[in-house]
Amino acid sequence: MKVLMLGWELPPQNSGGLGVACFQLCKALSANNVDIEFVLPYYVKIPVPFMKITTAWPKKYRNVVRTGLAYDSASYVDSGGNPQHLDIMQQQRLYEESVDKVVDLGSFDIIHAHDWLTFRAGLKLKAQSGMPLIVHVHSIESDRAGGNSGNSLVREIEYLGLSMADEVIAVSEHTKQAIIRDYDIPAEKINVVHNSIDRDELDELDPDNIYVYLELMKSRGYHVVTSVGRLTVQKNITNLLRAAQKVIEKVPKTIFVIVGGGEQYNELVDLAAELGILRNVVFTGFQRGKPWRDAFAVADLFVMPSVSEPFGLTPLEAINYGTPSLISYQSGVSEVLKNCLKVDYWDVKEMANQIVAVLRTSSLRRTLKDNAQDELHQLSWSPSAEKLQKIYVKRLAEVA
Amino acid sequence: MRSIVLYLHVHQPYRIKHYTIYESGVDHNYFNANYDSNESNEKIIHKIAEKSYIPTNNKLIDLLNRYPNFKLSLSITGTVLTQLEQWSPEALQSFRDLISTGRVEILGETYHHSLAFFYSLKEFESQVKMHKDKIQELFGQTPQVFRNTELAYNNDLAYWADQAGYKGILAEGWDKLLGWRNANYVYRPAYTNNIRLLLKNYSLSDDIAFRFGDQNWKEWPLTANKFSNWLNETTDAQVFNLFMDYETFGEHQWQESGIFNFLDDLPNQWLKNDNNNFLTVSEAIDSLEPVDYIDAPNTVTWADTERDLSAWLGNPMQQQAIQAIYDLEKIVLDTNDLTLIEDWRRLQTSDHFYYMCTKWFNDGDIHAYFSPYETPYEAVINYMNVWHDLQFRLTEKGADI
Repeated sequence: MKVLMLGWELPPQNSGGLGVACFQLCKALSANNVDIEFVLPYYVKIPVPFMKITTAWPKKYRNVVRTGLAYDSASYVDSGGNPQHLDIMQQQRLYEESVDKVVDLGSFDIIHAHDWLTFRAGLKLKAQSGMPLIVHVHSIESDRAGGNSGNSLVREIEYLGLSMADEVIAVSEHTKQAIIRDYDIPAEKINVVHNSIDRDELDELDPDNIYVYLELMKSRGYHVVTSVGRLTVQKNITNLLRAAQKVIEKVPKTIFVIVGGGEQYNELVDLAAELGILRNVVFTGFQRGKPWRDAFAVADLFVMPSVSEPFGLTPLEAINYGTPSLISYQSGVSEVLKNCLKVDYWDVKEMANQIVAVLRTSSLRRTLKDNAQDELHQLSWSPSAEKLQKIYVKRLAEVA
Repeated sequence: MRSIVLYLHVHQPYRIKHYTIYESGVDHNYFNANYDSNESNEKIIHKIAEKSYIPTNNKLIDLLNRYPNFKLSLSITGTVLTQLEQWSPEALQSFRDLISTGRVEILGETYHHSLAFFYSLKEFESQVKMHKDKIQELFGQTPQVFRNTELAYNNDLAYWADQAGYKGILAEGWDKLLGWRNANYVYRPAYTNNIRLLLKNYSLSDDIAFRFGDQNWKEWPLTANKFSNWLNETTDAQVFNLFMDYETFGEHQWQESGIFNFLDDLPNQWLKNDNNNFLTVSEAIDSLEPVDYIDAPNTVTWADTERDLSAWLGNPMQQQAIQAIYDLEKIVLDTNDLTLIEDWRRLQTSDHFYYMCTKWFNDGDIHAYFSPYETPYEAVINYMNVWHDLQFRLTEKGADI
C-alpha cells in the first residue's frame, strides 16, 4: 500500500504536536510495511529512514526554508536570491498549487492530509486522481482560538476539507465532538485515532537539574508546580494562576513555574502581580532541551489546564520524567490517561483543591506517579497505526 | 535681590544584567553585565563620564572661576559615587575639584536612591546616614538640606527632616501643592517650625532639562539671554529654583544641542542685572523669610504628569516587587553579611521599579529612554529572578522564607 501523506512540518522543524504526531504515525505505519511519501512545504536536508520526503517546490521560488518554530516560520527565496516572508494563507495556497507537480500521482493508493493547511491540496489531488482522501484533524480552529470562533477563512477551509473527504480522523473523542459541533459532519464519518507517545524519542534526564534555585527551595519545604506550553488563551494559564492564588493561601511555600512564550506572556506577568503572587511564580520563557525536560522533572505536579486540547502530549512527557499530572477534562489525552487528576478547565476552585491535595499528600503524589508510569509503559503508536491501516483498507475496498 | 538656585542631581543605579531563573541559585553577581550589553553599568559610567560629568564639571569650575557670584548645589547618590570610584576615578576627581571651590553645596539623601521612607523608616535612616558618611569622607561636607529620592515629598517626610535637624528640604513645585501660590518663594512645611521648603519651578527647570533640544518647541532655540529675560520679567518672585538631573548637560541634552553654550552664558546673562544673584540651597533658606506654609498630605514627586509615585509604584508588578524586597529586611540585616546587605540595598534603587512602569502613553517615551530593558515585563521577570537568588542565599544561611 502506498500513501501520499500531506503534512506541514516534521521534527526537528516543528512548532509543536503536529509534527511529532505525523512523524510517529508514519514511523509506526512504515513498520507495518506501509509505503509513505511525505510532502512538506519546505526543504529538509536530512532524510528520514522510513519514508520518502518531498518538498512542494513553488514555481516562483528558488528555495523554501523553515526559519523558526511557528507554523508560518518559512522563508521563500525568490529567483533573485532574496528571502520573502509570506503569510500563512499565501503559504498554504502555494503548497496547494505546487503539490501535484512534485509527485507521481499514479503511483499512490490513497491521500492522507494533516490539518487545514494541507486540506486544499488534498482536495485538489483527489479531484485530479479520484483517489480516496483522508483528512486528519490534529486541532481545529476553535481549539486554537481558545474557544472563540477564530479565523473565518480557516474555518471555511476546514469545513470544505471535512465535508469533501472520504474519511475524517480525529486525534480524540474530544476533537470528534468539536468537529460535529462546529461543522455538522456526520459522526459515522469521523474515526478517533488517539495520539500516543514513543518514550524512546524522549531524551533522558541528566543527574543534575538545571533549576538549582528550585531544588534548594524544595529541600527546604517548598513545592513546585509546573506548566509547559505556549502562553495562549487555549492553554488557560490565567485560570492556573487564579488557582495558584488559592493554593498559596493554603500552602504558602509553593512555586509555580510557567514554561513557555507566547502572546499572553506580558498579560500573565501582570496577572500574577495583580493576584499578589508574583514572588511565587517563575516565568522561564520558551524552552527546549534540558531546561524543558528539567522543568517537568523538578515539579511535584504538572498541570495542563487547557480550555480545549485536541490531544495534549505534555502530561505524558511529564509522567515520563517522573511527575504526576493534573489535566483538564477538555483534552484528548484525558480519554487515554487514567492515572492522573482531572478537572474542568473553568473550575478554578477545584483545580486549587486538587493541587493542594497533591502537595500536601506525598503518598497521593507517589501513587499517582507510579501508576501513571506503569500506564505510560503500555502506550505506543502501533495500535494507532493499526487502526489507521484498517481505515485505509476499508476505504480502498469500498473504492474497488 | 532675586536669585537663581541651581540644583543638580547626580545619580546612576546599579542596573541588573539579563538574569534568568537558571542563574538563580548559581550566579550571585547581579550587576556585572557584559560590557557590550545595554545593562553594562561600567559602559554607561564610561559614556556618561565622558559625555556629561567631566565636561560639565570642567564648565562649572570655569564658571566659578569667572563669576565670583556664581554658585550651585548638588546631590550625589552613593550608588553613583561607588561606580565612579570603580570605573571613572577621573570623573570623581573632577567632582572633588568642583566641590573644593567651596561654592558648591551638597544635599543629603538616601545612599541607594531608594523609596525606603515609604517602606521602612529604620532602613531609610540607615541609608541617609550611609550617604552622609560617604559625602563627609569624599568631600568633607555635612549635608544641611535634604532631598528625598525622586523628590518624593509629604508632610511626614518634612516632619522627619525637621526632627533630624535639616534646615531645608526640596520638593516639586506642583500646582496642586501650591494652590494659588507660586514656587518662587521660600515656604515652611506644615506642622514644622524650623525647617524650610524650596519648591522646584518645574516650568523653567523643564525648559532646560526636557525642552531645550526640542526643535518643535516654539521657544527653540533657547538662549541664556532669552531665559534670563523671562526671569527678569517675572514680577512675582524672590527665588527661581532650577532643579534638574545633572545628566541634563551632555546626556539628556547632547552637546550638539548647544546645552553647554547655554550653561556657559547663563551666569553672564543673569548677573548683568545687579539685582540678580545665585544662591546655594542653604543660602536661600538662610536669607529669605518663608512667606507661607505648605500642606502636603499626599506624596508629590517630580515625575510624569501625575507628579505622584505612580511611575515607580503605580502597577501591581511594581508594588509586588518592592514589597518583596522590603519583606526581606530583617532577615537580610540579621545575616551581617555585608555583600548580601549591599546587594539587597542596590535592589531598592528606585530605577528598578521605574523600568517596570507600564504607563506607555505620554510619559512612556521618557520611561523607554531610561530603561535598558525591552519591556517592563522583562524588567519585572529579571528583577524577580534576582529576588529568588537573594531568597536562595538567605535560605542557604538557614533563613525560613
